[in-house]
Amino acid sequence: MTEPVLSVRDLHVEFASRRGTLRAIDGVSFDIAKGEVLGVVGESGAGKSVTGLSVIGLIDPPGRIAGGEIHLAGLRIDNLPPEEMRRIRGKRIGMIFQDPLTSLNPLYRVGDQIVETIRTHLNLSETAARRRAIDLLAEVGIPAPEKRIDGYPHEFSGGMRQRVVIALAICAEPELIIADEPTTALDVSVQAQIISLIKRLGRDHGTAVMLVTHDMGVIAETSDRVAVMYAGRIAEIGPVQDVVKNPLHPYAKGLMGAIPTLAGEDKRLVQIPGSMPRLSAIPRGCSFNPRCAFAFDRCRVERPEPLPRGAQSVACHLYDNLPAESAA
Amino acid sequence: MLAFTLRRAVQAIGVMFAVGIIAFSMFRFAGDPVNQIVSIDTSAAERAIVRKSLGLDDPVPVQFVRYFADAAQFKFGVSYQFRQPVSALLSERMPATLELAICATVFAMVFGILMGVYSALKRDTVLAKLFQAISLIGISLPTFLIGILLIYLFAVTLGWLPSFGRGEVVKLGWWTTGLLTLSGLKALIMPSITLGLFQMTLIMRLVRAEMLEVLRTDYIRFARARGLTTRAIHFGHALKNTLIPVITVAGLQFGSVIAFSIITETVFQWPGMGLLFVQAVQNVDIPIMAAYLLMVSLIFVTINLVVDILYTVVDPRLRSTVGRAA
Amino acid sequence: MSDAVVSNSDKQGAQPTHAAHGWFSRALDSDLFYSFRRSKLTMVAAAITVLFFLLAIFASVLAVQNPFDPAQLQLINSRISPLWTADGQSPFLLGTDEQGRDVLSAILYGMRISLAVGVAGVIFAGALGIALGLIAGYFGGAVDSVIMRIADVQLTFPAILIALLVNGIAKSILGNRLDATSMLAVLVISIGLSFWVGYARTVRSSVMVEKNKDYVAAAQLIGLPAPKIMLRHVLPNTMGPILVIATINLALAIITEATLSFLGVGLPDTMPSLGTLIRIGNNYLFAGEWWIVAFPGLALAALILSINLLGDWLRDALNPKLR
Ligand SMILES: Nc1ncnc2c1ncn2[C@@H]1O[C@H](COP(=O)(O)OP(=O)(O)O)[C@@H](O)[C@H]1O
Ligand code: SF4
Ligand SMILES: [Mg+2]
Repeated sequence: MTEPVLSVRDLHVEFASRRGTLRAIDGVSFDIAKGEVLGVVGESGAGKSVTGLSVIGLIDPPGRIAGGEIHLAGLRIDNLPPEEMRRIRGKRIGMIFQDPLTSLNPLYRVGDQIVETIRTHLNLSETAARRRAIDLLAEVGIPAPEKRIDGYPHEFSGGMRQRVVIALAICAEPELIIADEPTTALDVSVQAQIISLIKRLGRDHGTAVMLVTHDMGVIAETSDRVAVMYAGRIAEIGPVQDVVKNPLHPYAKGLMGAIPTLAGEDKRLVQIPGSMPRLSAIPRGCSFNPRCAFAFDRCRVERPEPLPRGAQSVACHLYDNLPAESAA
Repeated sequence: MLAFTLRRAVQAIGVMFAVGIIAFSMFRFAGDPVNQIVSIDTSAAERAIVRKSLGLDDPVPVQFVRYFADAAQFKFGVSYQFRQPVSALLSERMPATLELAICATVFAMVFGILMGVYSALKRDTVLAKLFQAISLIGISLPTFLIGILLIYLFAVTLGWLPSFGRGEVVKLGWWTTGLLTLSGLKALIMPSITLGLFQMTLIMRLVRAEMLEVLRTDYIRFARARGLTTRAIHFGHALKNTLIPVITVAGLQFGSVIAFSIITETVFQWPGMGLLFVQAVQNVDIPIMAAYLLMVSLIFVTINLVVDILYTVVDPRLRSTVGRAA
Repeated sequence: MSDAVVSNSDKQGAQPTHAAHGWFSRALDSDLFYSFRRSKLTMVAAAITVLFFLLAIFASVLAVQNPFDPAQLQLINSRISPLWTADGQSPFLLGTDEQGRDVLSAILYGMRISLAVGVAGVIFAGALGIALGLIAGYFGGAVDSVIMRIADVQLTFPAILIALLVNGIAKSILGNRLDATSMLAVLVISIGLSFWVGYARTVRSSVMVEKNKDYVAAAQLIGLPAPKIMLRHVLPNTMGPILVIATINLALAIITEATLSFLGVGLPDTMPSLGTLIRIGNNYLFAGEWWIVAFPGLALAALILSINLLGDWLRDALNPKLR
C-alpha cells in the first residue's frame, strides 16, 4: 500500500480559556489516500472545522495543537516553522470554507486574487498567471472567464463565487483539498453542482479530499469513506457503503436514520434526543452516554477506544467483547 | 442612487434651515440689536428710527426670509464689538483656520494610521502598549492643557518655536498663507499638533479596531489558507479594507477639527475664526456667533453630503458583500 | 465556529443564567470583580477617583486657607514657589499665586467646583436623555423622528461648540443679571444639552425592543399601564450601558467645563474651577512661575484620566463582546 496523502495520528487540540483549558479535539486519527474522498460528518461543534484547520495549520491562539502528529505525504507538518507551513498552504493543501460570500476580499478583482495566489506559489509571469487563472475559471465552470476575471466578487452569484473559491483552492494543484461545508451557505439548487465539481476535480487531478458536510446524502454520493465525529472524537470511520448501510456506533445509527430522502428538507443531523455536551462539560466515560439508548455501567466510567470491525472502526464498548464477525 | 443623493441633499437643506432658524432667533431675540447700535442716551424716537431702518418692525417671517437671503449672500450684519461687517471679519480670518485645520488633519492621519496599524499588527509589543497609553492620554488631556504643555516645553523652556500667532504670512489674492515662510511654518507646528492630537488618537484607535476586525474576517482567513505571505495579507488585503472606513470617518471629522480649533486658536492666539468666535461669546457679539454657527454648519453639512455621496459610489460592492455577510 | 459555542451552552443550561436578573446581578457577577481585581490599573484609577471626590468634599477642612476669602489672602505671600524648591515656604506646599492664594487650597476648592459641575451636568444630561429616549421609543412615529433627527444633527457638532453657543445665548438673554449662581446653572445646562444624545439612543433602542414583547401586551390586557410596566423592564436593562455612558460623560463634562472656563466663558474668577485656575496660571508661565498652572493642570489630567480608565473598564466588563 502506498503512503496516504494525509495521515492524522492521535490529534489533540486545546483552547485556553479563562475557565481552563478546553479540549476540542481529543485523539483523532485517520488517513486519506491519493484520489480518495473522506466525508466527515457530525453535529455542529463536534470538531470538524478544528480538525481541518489543524491540518492546514491555521489554529490560532488561544488554540494550539496539544498532541499527535499530522503527516502530508510522509512529511510531518504539524510542527513546521510558520514560513514553511505557509508555503504548503495553498500549494500542497487547498482549503474551501463554508461561506463563499465572505471568503473573497470584496475590494479586489477576482482575477487579481487568483493571480496573486498563483504567483505566490508558482514561478509564473503576470501574463502566464493570468492565462492560468482564466483556464482555472473555465475549469470550475465559470462562463466567459476571460471577461469575468475582471469582475469584483459581488458581481458573482453565491454558487459562482464558490466556484471562484474552488479555483483559488486548486490553483497550485494541491495534493489535498479540505472542503469545510462548502455548500451549507448555498442555494439548494447549486449545492449538487458544487459537490460534483469538487468530486470531479478530485478525480481528474488525483487529489485527496476531506469533505466536511452536514448532508448525509452528499456523503453517500460523493465519499469513499466517512468519519462520524462526536465531541472531539471519531465515533466511527469506515467505507461509506458499510457505515451508511450498516452503522455500528449508536450515534452513527441515529445519524443514518436522519438521511434525507431526495426531496428531503431536514438535512440537519439532529434526530437524536438531547444535544452534544459543551467542551467544558464532557461527561466521564463515553461522551455520548447521556444520550445513548444502549448505555451501560461501563460507559459511564471508561472511555471507549476505537476498535476495528471489518473495514470499519468504532469507538463503543458494545463491540469490545464481541467476536469480530457477530458485530451489530 | 440618484434618489439617495436627492434625499441626502434635501436632508442637508433641512439641517441648514434648522440651523438658520436658530441663528436668526439668536440674532433677533437674544439681545436687542438696537441697543447694540445706539448709545444709552439715545432718545426713544431715534431708537424707533434705527429700529425701522433695520427692518425690525416687519413681521418676523419677513425678517427671517431677509436674514436668510442675506446670509445666502454671506451678509451677516455688523459686529457689535468691531463695528465692521461680520463677513469681512470672517473671510479675513478663514484662511488661518483652514490652514491650521488641514495641517492638523494631515498630521492626525499620517501618525494615526501608522500607529494604529502598528498596534493592530504587533499587539503585544511594548511600543504598541505605549501607543495605547498615548491614545488614552491624548483623549484624557484637554486640548488646552496640551497646548500649554507644548508652549512651556518648546517656547518657554527651549525657545525653539513661537508661542503665539501665525508668523509671517504671504498674501495670495484674498488668501493669506503661512506655508511659504519659515516663521509661518514654525508657527504652524505646535497648533497643528495640539489640534490634531485628539483626532490622531481617534484615528489610531479606529484603525487598530478596524484592522483587528478585518483580520478576523473570513477573507483574511481564506487569504491565509491560500498561503499568501503575511506581508501581502497585512498590507495588501487588510490595510486596504481598513482604510476605507477610516478615511471616511477622518473626512467627516474635518468639520469637528474646524470647530475644535476654537480652543487651539485661543491657546496660541491664532488669528482665525475660532478666536473670533470665542471673543464674540465673551462679549456677547451675537452677529458673529450666528454667522460662525452658519458657516461651520455649512462646512459640516457639505462635508457630510460629499462623504455620503462618495460612499455610495464605492458602496455598491461593499453593500452587496458586507451587507449579506452580516 | 461560534454558533456551536452558543447553541451548546444554550441547551446545556448547566450554568446559572443571569439574563433575567438585569444589570445589577450581572454587575455583581464574579466576572466583573474578576476583571476589576485583575486590572491593577483600574484599581489605581478607582482609588484616585475616590480620593479626588473625597478631597473635593472635604476641601474646606483640608485646605490651609479659603482661597475665595480675600481676607485670608496676603500679598506678602504672593508668588511663593513650591515647598521643596529653594524659595518654598510653609504651609504652601504647592506654592502660591500672585494674590497670595495657596495653590493647593485653590486646587481643592477648584476640584470641588469641577466635580460638582461635572456631576450636575451628567445628571441633567442623563435625565433629559432618558426622558427623550423613552418618549421617542414609546410614541414612535413623528415624535420619534423629530427627537432622533435633532439627536443626529447635534451629534455631528462637537459638544464644546454647542456648549459655547448655549452659553453665549444664555448670557445675552440674561444680560447683566448674571451672578455666580446663575452662571453655574448656565454652565450645567450648556453641558447637559451637549451630552443627552447617548442616553436617548440607548434608552430608545431598548424601549423599541421591549415594546413588542408579549408581556407589554399582556399587561395592557389586564389593564396595567404599558409605560409603567416597560419602565420597570427598560431601565434595569439599560442601566449597564447608561452607567458606562455616564462615566465617560463625566470625564467629558469635566473637560468641557474646564475648557469653557479656560476660554473665559465659564465661571467667574471669584469662583475658580480647575479650568479657571489653569487660565489664570497660564499668564504666569512666561514669568517662570510654572507651579501656578502646572499643579491644577496635573490634577485635572489625573482626574480625567482616572475616570476614563474606569469608564473603559466598565465598558469592557459589562460588554464582553467588545473585548
Ligand atoms: N477559537 C475558538 N476558541 C474556543 N473554542 C473553539 C474555538 N474554535 C472552536 N472551538 C470549539 O471547538 C469545538 C469544535 O468546533 P468546530 O470544529 O468548529 O465544530 P464543527 O464540527 O461544527 O466544525 C467547539 O466546541 C468549539 O466551541
Ligand atoms: S460506549 Fe456506551 S454510551 Fe457510548 S455509544 Fe457505546 S453503548 Fe453508547
Ligand atoms: Mg464547522
